[in-house]
Amino acid sequence: MTDLTSPIAGISKPKAGRRDIGIKGRYAAERRFRAYGIAALSFGIIFLMMLLWSVFSKGYTAFQQTMITIPVEFSQQVIDPQNERTTNPQKLMTANYPIVARNALAKVLGADVNDRVAARSVGQMLSDGVRAQLRDMVVANPALIGTTQTVSLLASGDIDSAFKGQIDLKVSQENRKVNDQQVKWMNQMAEAGTLGKHFNGGIFVNGASSRPEAAGVGVALIGSFYMMLIVLALALPIGVAASIYLEEFAPKNKFTDLIEVNINNLAAVPSIVYGLLGLAVFVNFMGLPRSASMVGGFVLTLMTLPTIIIATRAALKAVPPSIRAAALGLGASKMQTIFHHVLPLAMPGILTGTIIGLAHALGETAPLLLIGMVAFVANYPTTPLDPSTALPVQIYMWANEAERAFVERTSGAIIILLLFLILMNVGAILLRRRFERRW
Amino acid sequence: MNMMSESAVEKALDQKMSEVSYKMIGKDVSVYYGEKRALFDVNLNVRENTVTALIGPSGCGKSTFLRTLNRMNDTIENCRVTGKITLDTDDIYDKQIDVVELRARVGMVFQKPNPFPKSIYENVSYGPRIHGLAKNKADMDQIVEASLQRAGLWTEVKDRLHEGGTGLSGGQQQRLCIARAVAVSPEVILMDEPCSALDPIATAKVEELIHELRANYTIVIVTHSMQQAARVSQRTAMFHLGNLVEENDTDKMFTNPDDQRTQDYIMGRFG
Repeated sequence: MTDLTSPIAGISKPKAGRRDIGIKGRYAAERRFRAYGIAALSFGIIFLMMLLWSVFSKGYTAFQQTMITIPVEFSQQVIDPQNERTTNPQKLMTANYPIVARNALAKVLGADVNDRVAARSVGQMLSDGVRAQLRDMVVANPALIGTTQTVSLLASGDIDSAFKGQIDLKVSQENRKVNDQQVKWMNQMAEAGTLGKHFNGGIFVNGASSRPEAAGVGVALIGSFYMMLIVLALALPIGVAASIYLEEFAPKNKFTDLIEVNINNLAAVPSIVYGLLGLAVFVNFMGLPRSASMVGGFVLTLMTLPTIIIATRAALKAVPPSIRAAALGLGASKMQTIFHHVLPLAMPGILTGTIIGLAHALGETAPLLLIGMVAFVANYPTTPLDPSTALPVQIYMWANEAERAFVERTSGAIIILLLFLILMNVGAILLRRRFERRW
Repeated sequence: MNMMSESAVEKALDQKMSEVSYKMIGKDVSVYYGEKRALFDVNLNVRENTVTALIGPSGCGKSTFLRTLNRMNDTIENCRVTGKITLDTDDIYDKQIDVVELRARVGMVFQKPNPFPKSIYENVSYGPRIHGLAKNKADMDQIVEASLQRAGLWTEVKDRLHEGGTGLSGGQQQRLCIARAVAVSPEVILMDEPCSALDPIATAKVEELIHELRANYTIVIVTHSMQQAARVSQRTAMFHLGNLVEENDTDKMFTNPDDQRTQDYIMGRFG
């Protein structure tokens, strides 16, 4: 008798019905999950792109500034009609420089300065900043009086906006900031090459100004720089010392558990609460000055500490116990073990945590508003006790301004802030690479 | 080392052993981890210039006992040691004894090679440096060279002393750890399964090294391998469930043990 179902001897025959172990369902679940992931990722990328596009498309023009380059006659008749500058040093400081600039521009445009309407239109094309610009030139070199120099003058914010195409010229001239005559002059000078866009270095160095063309983030940069220095100098050592104590030395009991829970909670406390604390403690109780970057630095230090402590403790925990055992086994004391071996190995994690904390602090606005750093500060602060502003606060203040030219400057300042954040994060990555060791 | 001198060393050591001198004496040693008791009144003496092997199934307390000898148990929370352990004449759990000083006298080599992520030179020089054993750079160079010589690693690494210690092979790393322990000139070296992460060739090298180190140091080694215990040790102690079952000459232990449990364990009937 032959067995027809198994023609070859020695090969087992398959069981009649295969078990259903849900293979299809498992793969389908995996495919679905991948799809969710990709969808979530695309969603995130789209919004990131929209954010960057919106900021950069609005903001890149802030780094260009319209300038009018014309020969300016430093006429003695306007600056110093009575020729009293040798006896009265105030004369050169208070002279009517805008008229000098207006007359120079009117001469180039062929406008009659005695026609009051035309003269006014010409004057409006120049920024009020020319007063300081020409004054500084003359005070530095009084010999300029009576000569004619070619000077690049700042165009007014409205002309700047119009030249960059940000003002709708189809609107009738009664309803816009620049009149038809000014637009005509502007185009005429642009063709002649006397009016053009130049790199706007002023946005990096100027202080606050109500005239957008002369406003910059200089004071805010210095304020933010001071605050970052203070945060780094205070939060890093305090945070690392606290973490080392909690992680390595503190007895494990209810009290230290309570501290740990509270540190984690503090990291989630809204930043405006820290601002109120700073106002109550540093300004009202300790009597430190308002608007000072030192107070801002203290407040941001308090805010950054939990972040640094959490990151440092995680980094200390991640150091393999075998390294500790090796050092202790050689007769190193606990202190030597920690400072010679554990801390260097935890360094990349600590630095990453610190820089993330700093970046967070750099972008913080709310607590600074409460301690009065939202102020109009035109002069550079020389010490951390002088009034200053901070980058994010400057952005906040510019966002509240009405002029068209402040819109691009708001975005421009955001770009500057983002650049600093990118720099800090790149620094974090580089430091991490530099300190990372394998074991 | 040729056969002649080796047998000479052996002879000298055996002579020394005949007049038994105990380096470390453990009396009624018990260890508790919180409520759990891990060692029950162990009485074990460690002879000078002898390799003592601690054997027994997993969780029998042999590593725990080893770690009481240089107070590495101090680092474990809730760990409590009772009884008395002396090194020469010093009670090592006495308040007067500094644990840092103790560990400089009783060194340790761990199960997994754990060199510091630093250069070979720094690995070896770290111990002498923190204990201030070298007066100057030349002194330190000499200590490093001597220690690496002793650990049989010198010829392999002398041209790359300033390269990372973690770049060595597993066996070399373990010999580096031994060199590191030797560098502080301890009196006793504790080894906690030093070969369990090594291949047979590296194991053979480390065992040979242990054999040579015996001339200058007292060695206590925990091992899971019966063959290793038989090869490297002169005395063997068998632990079971936290009790010391038997302690005897290694030869006797593996041929004619006094205790039935030792017999069973060595024959592979349990553990």
